[in-house]
Amino acid sequence: MDLFEYQGKQYFARYDIAVSAGGVALTVDEAVAQAELAKYPVVIKAQVQVGGRGKAGGIKLANNADEVRLHAKNILGMNIKNHIVKRVWVEHASDIAEEYYASFTLDRSAKRHLLMLSAQGGVEIEHVAVVDPTAIVKLHVNPVEGLTLDAAKRAVVDARISEKAQDGVAAMLVKLYECFTKGDCDLAEINPLILKPNGEVHALDAKVTLDDNAAFRHPEWDEYRATEELDERESLAREKNLQYIGLDGSVGIIANGAGLAMSTLDVVNQVGGKAANFLDIGGGANAELMTAALEVINSDAKVKSIFINIFGGITRGDEVAKGIVEVIKRVKLRAPIVIRLDGTNATEGRAIIAAAGIAESQLISRSTMLEAARSAVEIAGKK
Amino acid sequence: MAIFVNEKTKVLVQGLTGGQGRFHGLRNRDYGTQVVAGVTPGKAGQDVEGIKIYDTVESAVAATGATASFIAVPPKAAPEAILEAARAGIGFVVCITEGVPAQDEARVFATLQRDFPKTRLLGPNCPGIISPGKCNIGITAGEIAALPTAKGPNVGIVSRSGTLTYQALYELKQRNIGVSTCVGIGGDPVPGTSFVDCLAEFQSDPETHAIIMIGEIGGAAEEEAAEFIMTHVTKPMSAYIAGVTAPAGKKMGHAGAIVSGGKGTAQGKMDALNSAGVKVGLNPTEACELMAQIIASM
Repeated sequence: MDLFEYQGKQYFARYDIAVSAGGVALTVDEAVAQAELAKYPVVIKAQVQVGGRGKAGGIKLANNADEVRLHAKNILGMNIKNHIVKRVWVEHASDIAEEYYASFTLDRSAKRHLLMLSAQGGVEIEHVAVVDPTAIVKLHVNPVEGLTLDAAKRAVVDARISEKAQDGVAAMLVKLYECFTKGDCDLAEINPLILKPNGEVHALDAKVTLDDNAAFRHPEWDEYRATEELDERESLAREKNLQYIGLDGSVGIIANGAGLAMSTLDVVNQVGGKAANFLDIGGGANAELMTAALEVINSDAKVKSIFINIFGGITRGDEVAKGIVEVIKRVKLRAPIVIRLDGTNATEGRAIIAAAGIAESQLISRSTMLEAARSAVEIAGKK
Repeated sequence: MAIFVNEKTKVLVQGLTGGQGRFHGLRNRDYGTQVVAGVTPGKAGQDVEGIKIYDTVESAVAATGATASFIAVPPKAAPEAILEAARAGIGFVVCITEGVPAQDEARVFATLQRDFPKTRLLGPNCPGIISPGKCNIGITAGEIAALPTAKGPNVGIVSRSGTLTYQALYELKQRNIGVSTCVGIGGDPVPGTSFVDCLAEFQSDPETHAIIMIGEIGGAAEEEAAEFIMTHVTKPMSAYIAGVTAPAGKKMGHAGAIVSGGKGTAQGKMDALNSAGVKVGLNPTEACELMAQIIASM
């Protein structure tokens, strides 16, 4: 789960990482109230999970209530790369002497934590990586040993951070590492990490991605869940505990297993169609799950055909077939189903479907993935 | 021969008294796997259909001589279960648990590497491993796997995805191609066993003559495999990578399957494998057809 900047800052604050005083606002009046609390001058920042906010006019400085009104009114509701701004973060404007970059992620190849640190902050780190790769210091941290203050100090020196900021940045890195590990982040990034003229080191931005698998030990994440931006279909799928991602094609997809679901998308694309979604119903594939999955697909007005791709391993084909026949009798579907059933007891399953006497306009059975994809795309129309 | 597990492997099941552990553990035994013990703290002395339960892995190993462990416990308990197996001297640990936090996986992997280098972990979040006719640990339906033949040629399978593994097993069986071992390494960010680990084993296994590899988007494991193949693998290979059409920034079901920052794309992985001399199919069926051609020419 990706956090908004203000949530990231609140998360950082739990780990004693210095952030500016500020508050979140949903309306112009709230923005003014937050500005009064934070003390002028303030910065008003659009809260969207996409880069390039500044260039789009989503970050503005305000010296008094009138300016806050003007800017908050403009920013709230603004469309930044198809993200509509629903909230602004209002914080006391910081004096900046220098800007740095710091982040922790998991390096999957090395199977170690990775610190990236640069004296060039406030710009896109991908850009720095291209034009001046030596400006980024990379340090692998063994997850069992953790990051010591000494190791952090060495990284700070290697990154050529100004001497007056070195102690502050090193201490900040240790706290950020704590947040990354104990806080179960996939990513904890500060860009820019600033040095103020008074010598303080401070996180001016926050980019945090949380590991959904760790939600069970973080009850404090519930409030972030509430603001997560899901489309209607995704919210419905989450309620039903299905792995669903909305896409913009016209072939609805249901498959058992993440790999097979991805592969189904690929095959649909290969024969000239476009998937409306990714949906993995997992290993079970029983009637109840199938009903829930079909309800989610059915809520998508763009769907013109539904491709159900099931490979029976332990899941038996006859049971899957029974479930689908039952669902078709119960749920009124907006589009015909093309089913490919293979693996354990697939022959029995196909026989059950044939015997159910469901019209071809409602249910078509195909024996391979490719044939089924062709039929589904034929019905839905090419992209 | 086969890799990692064979007819001599003695398996204990951590969590045999739970729903998943019982279901799959008993299926594995029915397949012919030597399932010698179950471990559930506080339930020593009980049994599950004749399989004795012990309180700890250590006591189960002492009593039965188990050499492998099958872990089917919830995500909260999985990290400690893996380390308990390692402390008891288990050499091969299969963890099917889905939903283990990445920080725990990284910590467990680093601990095994530092303190228990003789323990190999497969998973978490993997379907398991099957050496057809010899040993099946995990959730694979044994009946869809073709037995290897004495003189071959036989195929080894290594895959990041569960259902695509079954698909490959099934398609090979329909084409009467024997399988030496099929390993599901799982789709998580820090898998205990990598493609490279499996490729190295297959390369030195006399019973394996060709290899199918099934990857997916995210990470760089397939690119690393391609590099390894170029220098270390002489056996012919076919491959398939799932997720050509996956949009960037969206996790496709598996915690590891995500294209981010332009890295980990299916196309990049296919290109890397192609350059390493691997025949790459555009769907799982095509990869198996390519393998059938390889086998026919042997």
